[in-house]
Amino acid sequence: MKQFATSPLFERVERARRRKPKIKDTHITLAHGSGGKAMHELIEGLFLEYLRNPLLEKLEDQAVFEIASNHARPRLAFTTDSYVVDPIFFPGGDIGSLAVHGTVNDLAMSGARPLYLSAGFIIEEGFPIADLKRILSSMREAALEAGVEVVTGDTKVVQRGSADKLFINTAGIGVIEHAGHISASRAEAGDKVILSGAIGDHGTTIMIARGELELETEIESDTAPLNSLVREMLDEADSIAGVRAIHCLRDPTRGGVATTLNEIALASEVCIQIYEDSIPVRREVRGACEILGLDPLYVANEGKLIAIVADEIAQPMVMRMKENVNGRDTCIIGEVKIEPPGIVAMQTGFGGARIVDMLVGEQLPRIC
Amino acid sequence: MKFIDEYRRSDLAHTLAEKIAAMTDKRLKIMEVCGGHTHAIFKYGIEDLLPLNIEMIHGPGCPVCVIPLGRVDDAISIALQTDVIFTTFGDAMRVPGSKTSLLDAKAAGADVRMVYSPLDALRIAKKNPDRHTVFLALGFETTAPSTAMTVLQADKEGVENFSVFCNHITIVPALKAMLDSPDLKLDGFLGPGHVSTVIGLRPYQFVARDYGKPVAVSGFEPLDVLQSVYMVVKQIVEGRAEIENQYGRAVSPDGNRKALEVLFEVFEPRDFFEWRGLGSIAHSGMKLRGKYARFDAELKFSIPGLRVADPKACQCGEILKGVKKPWECKVFGTACTPETPIGSCMVSSEGACAAYYNFGRLSKVAERHGAQAGV
Repeated sequence: MKQFATSPLFERVERARRRKPKIKDTHITLAHGSGGKAMHELIEGLFLEYLRNPLLEKLEDQAVFEIASNHARPRLAFTTDSYVVDPIFFPGGDIGSLAVHGTVNDLAMSGARPLYLSAGFIIEEGFPIADLKRILSSMREAALEAGVEVVTGDTKVVQRGSADKLFINTAGIGVIEHAGHISASRAEAGDKVILSGAIGDHGTTIMIARGELELETEIESDTAPLNSLVREMLDEADSIAGVRAIHCLRDPTRGGVATTLNEIALASEVCIQIYEDSIPVRREVRGACEILGLDPLYVANEGKLIAIVADEIAQPMVMRMKENVNGRDTCIIGEVKIEPPGIVAMQTGFGGARIVDMLVGEQLPRIC
Repeated sequence: MKFIDEYRRSDLAHTLAEKIAAMTDKRLKIMEVCGGHTHAIFKYGIEDLLPLNIEMIHGPGCPVCVIPLGRVDDAISIALQTDVIFTTFGDAMRVPGSKTSLLDAKAAGADVRMVYSPLDALRIAKKNPDRHTVFLALGFETTAPSTAMTVLQADKEGVENFSVFCNHITIVPALKAMLDSPDLKLDGFLGPGHVSTVIGLRPYQFVARDYGKPVAVSGFEPLDVLQSVYMVVKQIVEGRAEIENQYGRAVSPDGNRKALEVLFEVFEPRDFFEWRGLGSIAHSGMKLRGKYARFDAELKFSIPGLRVADPKACQCGEILKGVKKPWECKVFGTACTPETPIGSCMVSSEGACAAYYNFGRLSKVAERHGAQAGV
C-alpha cells in the first residue's frame, strides 16, 4: 500500500480537529443523534461535562467495573440503549429484536457474557395491541437466541403525538469471564482490522422500508446477536496468544464502519489504513447506496463487528469467525499504522488514496 | 455492480494515467466545471494518478455552493411562516444563511422536510391540503426540468397549495464569467455531463470558438473523468480547440429536446442573478414565467430579499473561481469545517472545500500543492 503522508499544511486542520469538543448550538438538531461528529460534541461537550466520572469518560459502548465481594472480584459490564427505529417493522427484524440485539452486542463488545436485560416501553396512545404482541414475541425469540432474560421492565403510555408509536429502552448487564482488556484505546501499530461481514445492510433496509423511495429490493437488516461470535473469538485468541491479543471490539452501528474506525483511531492515537476493495458490500446495498448517494462506509449495521487484533492471531481468527453463522463473510480490511495518528485512510479501488473522516450531519435519521 | 464497476477499473486507470503523462511535460490547468466531478476526483483519489504537471482547478458547478447568503435567508423566512411545509434536497438543509440554516429553522419548529424529487414535494402538498408546501428549487439545467415538470403537473391537477422558491441557474453564463476573469489562466475544461444531457454540446461552442480552449464533456465515474482529462490534454498537445463528448452514452449533441421545451415553457431568464462569491451574472438565473406566477413562492410570500455580504474571513468566491485553493483560505479546517461551515463550499459534498477536507487532506496532491504554495 502506498505510504500516506501528511503535509504541514494540514497540521492546523488536525489541531482544530482535536480541539476539545464544545457545543455551540442553541438547539438540538437531528445531526446530534446521527452518530457522527455533532453527536460526539453533544456527548463530550455536554453530557460528559455534567456527569463526568472515570467510567463514563472512557466513552466505550459499555461501562466495565469490578464488584468487590468476599471471595472474588468479578468484573461486570453495564450498558443501555434506546430504540426509536422508524418503521418499527422492517425486513429482517423489528424494533423488538433490535432492542435485544443492540444491547446484547454492546455488552459483547467488552467480551462480556450478557446475562440480564431491562426493557422500558414508551407507547403512544392508540398503538395496536396486536403489533405489541408481535414485537414482544420477537423480543422473546431474540432473547432466547442470545441466552439472556428480560428481568425487569417499565411501561409508560403517552398522549397521541407525544411519541411516535413505540420507543423501547433496554439496559443490560453481563459478566466478564476473561482476563483480557478490550478497549477502543488499545489498537497498536501492526494490528490487523477484521470485519465480520458485508456492511450497510441495516441502514439501507430501513431507508427503503420507509417506502418514500419506491425502491424494491431483497435487502434485509443484518440485526443479530454477536455474543456467540465474540465468545468463539475469545476462545480462539486464548488458544493462540491469550485473550489480550484482541485489542478492540466495536459494532459499527450508527455512523457505520467509518465512524467506528475513526473513534478507534482517535482513542488509540494510531492511523488505521483500510483497502476499499476488501470491504464486502452486498450488490443490492451498493446499488441502493449508489442511487441514494450514500456511502456504505457510513451506513449503519446491527449484526457486524470490527475487531482489531494482534497480527499473529489475525489469520486463524478470521478462519474461526467464518465458522460462526454471524461471521461467514469475515475478512481483513486493513491494518494499524503509527502515522498519521487519529486518521483513517483508505486505498481506493481505483488506485488513489483518501481520508475517511467521521460522518458529519445526519445521513439517515431514526435507523435504530 | 454491472455498468458501474467497468468505469472504476484501476488497471485501465493506470494505463490511461501513463498515456496522459507521456503526452506532455507542460504545466496545464484544467477546470472541472461541475461539482460532481470534483466529488469524484476526491472520492476516488484521481489526482493521485495524474502527473504533477497537470493541475485540476475546481469550478463553480456546485449549485449549493453558489447560492448566496441572502437567498438562504429568504428560504428560511418562508420556512418559518405558519402553515408552511418547506421541502428541499438534503444538502441544502445545512447551508448557512447569514445567521441560521434550514436545519436550525427545523429545530426551532419549522416544518422542513427532505425530498428526493420535486414531485415528492407536490405529493406532500396534495396530502396536506390545509397547508402550503414550498419546494426550494436548486441546481442547473440538470434539476430544472424536473422542477418544470412538477409545476406543469401542479397546473394540470389544479394544486393551489404548492409553490416553488426558484433558484435554478444556468451554467453557460458562469462559464463565460470564468473565461473573462483576469485571474485565471485555464488551458481547458471538463464540461458538465449531467447538464449536457439536457442542453447538448452546442452551448459550449463559444469556449472553443471565441476563447480557443478545448472542452471535453465528461461522465462522473472515475474513468470518465480520467479519459476526459486525456482528451483535453490531447487537444492541447495537438493544438486543437473543440467541444468533444466523452459522455456519449448519456449526452447527445442536441441535448434533450423534450426537457428543453419544458424548461422554456415554464422558465424565463432573470436579468441578473447573484452567485455566491462570483457576484451578479447576467441571464444566469431562471424564474417562473408569468403564466405560472401562482406557483412562484417569491410572489406568494413577502421575503426579505436582501443582499448579504459574505463573511469577511470566507473566501468562497476565490475558491469557486479556482483562483485560490481551499487551504489558502484562513478559516479552512479551523473555524470552517463541514460540521460548522462558514462558507457554502464546505457544505455540499460537491464543494471544493468539503471535498478537500473530507477526502483530500492526506493525498500526495496536498503535498504537491503544498510545495507550490510554498508552505
